[in-house]
Amino acid sequence: MTDSKYFTTTKKGEIFELKAELNSDKKEKKKEAVKKVIASMTVGKDVSALFPDVVNCMQTDNLELKKLVYLYLMNYAKSQPDMAIMAVNTFVKDCEDLNPLIRALAVRTMGCIRVDKITEYLCEPLRKCLKDEDPYVRKTAAVCVAKLHDINAQLVEDQGFLDTLKDLISDSNPMVVANAVAALSEIAESHPNSNLLDLNPQTINKLLTALNECTEWGQIFILDCLANYSPRDDRESQSICERVTPRLSHANSAVVLSAVKVLMKFMEMLPKDLDYYGTLLKKLAPPLVTLLSAEPELQYVALRNINLIVQRRPEILKHEMKVFFVKYNDPIYVKLEKLDIMIRLASQANIAQVLAELKEYATEVDVDFVRKAVRAIGRCAIKVEQSAERCVSTLLDLIQTKVNYVVQEAIVVIKDIFRKYPNKYESVIATLCEHLESLDEPEARAAMIWIVGEYAERIDNADELLESFLEGFHDESTQVQLQLLTAIVKLFLKKPTETQELVQQVLSLATQDSDNPDLRDRGYIYWRLLSTDPVAAKEVVLAEKPLISEETDLIEPTLLEELICHIGTLASVYHKPPSAFVEGSRGVQHKRLTSSAGSGESVESPDTGSAAVSEAPPTVIPSQGDLLGDLLNLDLTPPTSTGPPPTTAPGMQLGAMDLLGGGLDSLLGGDIGGSPAMGTGFGAPPAAMPASFNAPISGGLDDLFDLGGGGGLTMGTYIPPKSVWLPAMKAKGLEISGTFVRRSGVIQMEMTLNNKAMSVMSDFAIQFNRNSFGLAPAGPLQILTPISPNQSIEAALPLSTVGPVMKMEPLNNLQVAVKNNIDVFYFSCQYPISMLFLEDGKMERQVFLATWKDIPNENESQFQIKDCHLNSDAASNKLQGSNIFTIAKRTVEGQDMLYQSMKLTNGIWVLAELRVQAGNPNYTISLKCRAPEVSQCVFQNYETVLKN
Amino acid sequence: MIHSLFLINHAGDIFLEKHWKSVISRSVCDYFFEAKEKAVEPENVPPVLQTPHHYLISIYRDKLFFLSVVQTEVPPLFVIEFLHRVADTIQDYFGECSESLINDNVVTVYELLEEMLDNGFPLATESNVLKEMIRPPTILRSVVNTLTGSSNVGDKLPTGQLSSIPWRRAGVKYTNNEAYFDVIEEIDAIVDKSGMTVFAEIQGVIEASVRLTGMPDLSMTFMNPSLLDDVSFHPCVRFKRWESERALSFIPPDGNFTLMNYHVSSQNLVTIPVYVKQNICFFETGPCGRLDITIGPKQTMGKTVEALMVTIHMPKAVLSANLTATQGNYTYDLATKVLVWDIGKLNPQKLPNLRGSLSLQSGAPKPEDNPSLNIDLKIQQVAISGLKVSRLEMNGEKYKPFKGVKYLTKAGNFQVRT
Repeated sequence: MTDSKYFTTTKKGEIFELKAELNSDKKEKKKEAVKKVIASMTVGKDVSALFPDVVNCMQTDNLELKKLVYLYLMNYAKSQPDMAIMAVNTFVKDCEDLNPLIRALAVRTMGCIRVDKITEYLCEPLRKCLKDEDPYVRKTAAVCVAKLHDINAQLVEDQGFLDTLKDLISDSNPMVVANAVAALSEIAESHPNSNLLDLNPQTINKLLTALNECTEWGQIFILDCLANYSPRDDRESQSICERVTPRLSHANSAVVLSAVKVLMKFMEMLPKDLDYYGTLLKKLAPPLVTLLSAEPELQYVALRNINLIVQRRPEILKHEMKVFFVKYNDPIYVKLEKLDIMIRLASQANIAQVLAELKEYATEVDVDFVRKAVRAIGRCAIKVEQSAERCVSTLLDLIQTKVNYVVQEAIVVIKDIFRKYPNKYESVIATLCEHLESLDEPEARAAMIWIVGEYAERIDNADELLESFLEGFHDESTQVQLQLLTAIVKLFLKKPTETQELVQQVLSLATQDSDNPDLRDRGYIYWRLLSTDPVAAKEVVLAEKPLISEETDLIEPTLLEELICHIGTLASVYHKPPSAFVEGSRGVQHKRLTSSAGSGESVESPDTGSAAVSEAPPTVIPSQGDLLGDLLNLDLTPPTSTGPPPTTAPGMQLGAMDLLGGGLDSLLGGDIGGSPAMGTGFGAPPAAMPASFNAPISGGLDDLFDLGGGGGLTMGTYIPPKSVWLPAMKAKGLEISGTFVRRSGVIQMEMTLNNKAMSVMSDFAIQFNRNSFGLAPAGPLQILTPISPNQSIEAALPLSTVGPVMKMEPLNNLQVAVKNNIDVFYFSCQYPISMLFLEDGKMERQVFLATWKDIPNENESQFQIKDCHLNSDAASNKLQGSNIFTIAKRTVEGQDMLYQSMKLTNGIWVLAELRVQAGNPNYTISLKCRAPEVSQCVFQNYETVLKN
Repeated sequence: MIHSLFLINHAGDIFLEKHWKSVISRSVCDYFFEAKEKAVEPENVPPVLQTPHHYLISIYRDKLFFLSVVQTEVPPLFVIEFLHRVADTIQDYFGECSESLINDNVVTVYELLEEMLDNGFPLATESNVLKEMIRPPTILRSVVNTLTGSSNVGDKLPTGQLSSIPWRRAGVKYTNNEAYFDVIEEIDAIVDKSGMTVFAEIQGVIEASVRLTGMPDLSMTFMNPSLLDDVSFHPCVRFKRWESERALSFIPPDGNFTLMNYHVSSQNLVTIPVYVKQNICFFETGPCGRLDITIGPKQTMGKTVEALMVTIHMPKAVLSANLTATQGNYTYDLATKVLVWDIGKLNPQKLPNLRGSLSLQSGAPKPEDNPSLNIDLKIQQVAISGLKVSRLEMNGEKYKPFKGVKYLTKAGNFQVRT
């Protein structure tokens, strides 16, 4: 007869049937009915409706029936609290029973009924049971306190049960001690600071005595509790260790691991030169090895802990490499852990074996495992220098297998090997390049690109290789994009002549077309570096990188110390501090290893920091930190360009090209173009003047002679009045107002600096942010005397147009930083675009006509200038003062049409058709330009010039 | 501590649940099912899983998952050990651990679980204590119970529960007093394709079957105890005696138990009893391959190697095997891709050989992975490490028991790489 009969149901309705049977007079029938109820319960059926009938069966002297009813009660009391009260009397009576088994059963069951009303009745019986003469009852009652605490913590404290529980630690029976410790530990978890387990040498001694005699589970509780104790000195430490070591031979692996925890922790207190220390180290290895022959689940937990132990004390298992060799039928979670530990244990002595194994694993079926094995080979190479060559050749062998994911992993690790041993294994690059096509994973692509960039000078077709990646730039993942950017900049710095276009392309892709701020910022930094100081760029980008360190995945030492104190726990499985993830423990004390004060032994804490950064960041962090600081200082506001990138504006692009060209010259010419030291602490742009700037005066003369057609007098350039750029409030008392002037082809920024503060200002310096037309100070700000309070001083700053370019919004916006002895201040101002109109801006008629036709119509924009009362000649003269030249004039039906041209400093030509109708104060102007963005500015300029 | 237990079958149905604290909805198992789905093979389900509010710690045994739910920081090994103990107990009670047997005895299992854990703390896990409280079902007892109305739940406090020797009950009586010990050694080894031993160790166990009256105090000594690298004992063994004299001194539990486990790993001591000459290759062209395996004796200490069996997990592309065995039979399971060659006794005069061709799925690429061979074997009357019991003595009782020690060597995880 089996219990499956309890599942058979009759057609009439199961509950109804059971109800009848439960109320039967026959004992046997009753019992069978309860069994049926329990059977239904175990499979998750709801039989709570039978509550009163089942409780009625409780008063019986048949122990089995009683137990069954109790089982039922525990499950359903919560849903039927009122009914559960019916059972209380029986419980209280049973707690007085002569049979200790029944007393214990009653107190145990009551604790499991999680109903508040019942707990009130529980207190008295529990108090009695905690002092029961029978240890079996006491040990059951101890656990019951923990149960009650879970339901109503306040009640337990008020009733003084905690103190009684503490007293039980000194009980004569080891099982009672173990249970009291277990209960207290559980309660303590919810009261991290309650100091419930007040451990002192006396209690420790009692625990150690109980340890030898209690059950295996009790031993675990006691050992875990011992681990929280901090011995007073090394002698106490040693004596505890001596008494704990026999537990290492226990058949229960949890006991073994808890013992390992206690030993690992207390070992810290022992002086290293002590004989016993060495003995202890030797004793720890065999039990750990034995754990690995247990069931796979146990192995897994053991391996996670061994991973911690070998990081803390590698000497323990250094000779046991072979037990971590992987068997093909190990579950995957065991394989991966074993592999990890193998690498940690790899040393010169065993590297040959390890490599042979890893190579074997690399041909297995499981992809994750194979990948990790290939990676492990790379880690071995980095860890054990003597093996590097062998590792590299193993990796090459694996690449020859042409298994796609193996090749990719191999390339990723070879990159790391290059970082560790530069200039040693570059001969393999050719082989790697053969597999370029097959790489489809971002990490592998990024690694390959890094290699190409880093060794561009050795790879003949590096530019082609990188260009091939550039095609799908926007589809690449960020790490590939970043890597590609860096690699191309490296390539450019190494082979500047052939790769200008490429670098231009990637910079514009990164800065203009990308939404990724990291990519954009890196792009801008490179761009600025290249344009301001290519020599510095070379030093920064091609700087020698720190060697990669061997252990990139070590646990951070303080965390490791904490985890060592938690060996055997969930924290040790996850390698996270308990506070990070254990929800049940509402606040966990951080445990720390206390090492012996006398020995002064410090933990070897491997340097993990330097290795954590991969190859990318160092390339952008220059050795000259102040240069970078300056650069960042300059970045007044993040670029907000939203318009089309300058690549669509030929002029702008030309400007940029010039920039790079200039940069290139200085690059090629060694340090000729190196920036002069400015002494101000600001980085300075190259001082070289562009060729186009050379003969402004002669250009102007030509124009003078050419004015005949226009007739009238040349009027001076329009100079806008000074306006306040930097109010004193915003600049700690420094007020700057200013304007821009173009005189004889030289642009000047004229400023009035007014000291409205109470102290003297000195040490002035000025710097511009990148701007649309590359305006930059052509020399330092000449303010030779300090400005005393309430004094104002005029300063003229000549400007060049060869500074770094970045499109601004509005186009003629200029962001300026002014420094004095007090602080650095930032402001922005707008310059009239006519400052940039060159004196040789008069186009040949034929050329004008051809160009007008050539520029597509969509680049034409029309504006109205209202309320202008000049005739066409006067207008023409006025405009000429601002280097806007009239080429031809036509009169059609009383309307004068002026055809005009102007040329910007960056070589952009703007063509204009101005229609002036006599008697009509409204002019119409049509502007045509290859870079239509400038039209708005030019129009505004027309308006201001004509109206003033 | 342990909050709840769910028993889940191979197909992923929960067929039993037990809660030691409040009831946790079985929906918590969904996280486990997710992991199970991902792991594909049930063996590969990670034993410790984290969910937003609970931890799921599971073992996979006898095609069943024992899944426990914990809510607070608990040593996972403690939980795993306990789960194995549950499985052991079920096996001990009902002969095997299977879904149908558990369903047939569901109430007993439930009562057992209730006895084994209280509020998540282990209560009684010793087999003899449990058996005093809940008697294992026997046909005779169930007949008697039905006739007399008596129950199979003990109503006395089990004697072992509180004594300092919880593993033994008082008042044991036998007419035939006997104590038998089996020294069983398993060879775990990895041999590479050239026949070199990459790694080898021996897992030894001494299983005891002791039926002795009263409170016998036994001591066992070995000829060569220094062989043992690491030992772990049943709680009954007095550790101090072992430390000082290398003798096992203990009051045994009643019945069957594991006296000790040991470990021999210094490689020079581990002898590999057979050698394997193998050649498995797949041709670059054409969907076929060749297999040729010969096994011969190496160091068998003069004994016969029996129950020799070779298991090969073939690459997925292998469709069928057309082989000839000079001895024994072979089978190839198409579904699991496992080739089993059952050889039987190894005759040193005429070495067994298996050879022939393997046919691959047409069009499939040449398999990249090399299959490993798993060897099974048995050698009677010898412990391959050379461990020998020298004496077994009994004190404390006056009668003369029958004593016996048997030795057996088996292959554990014995792999040959190709």
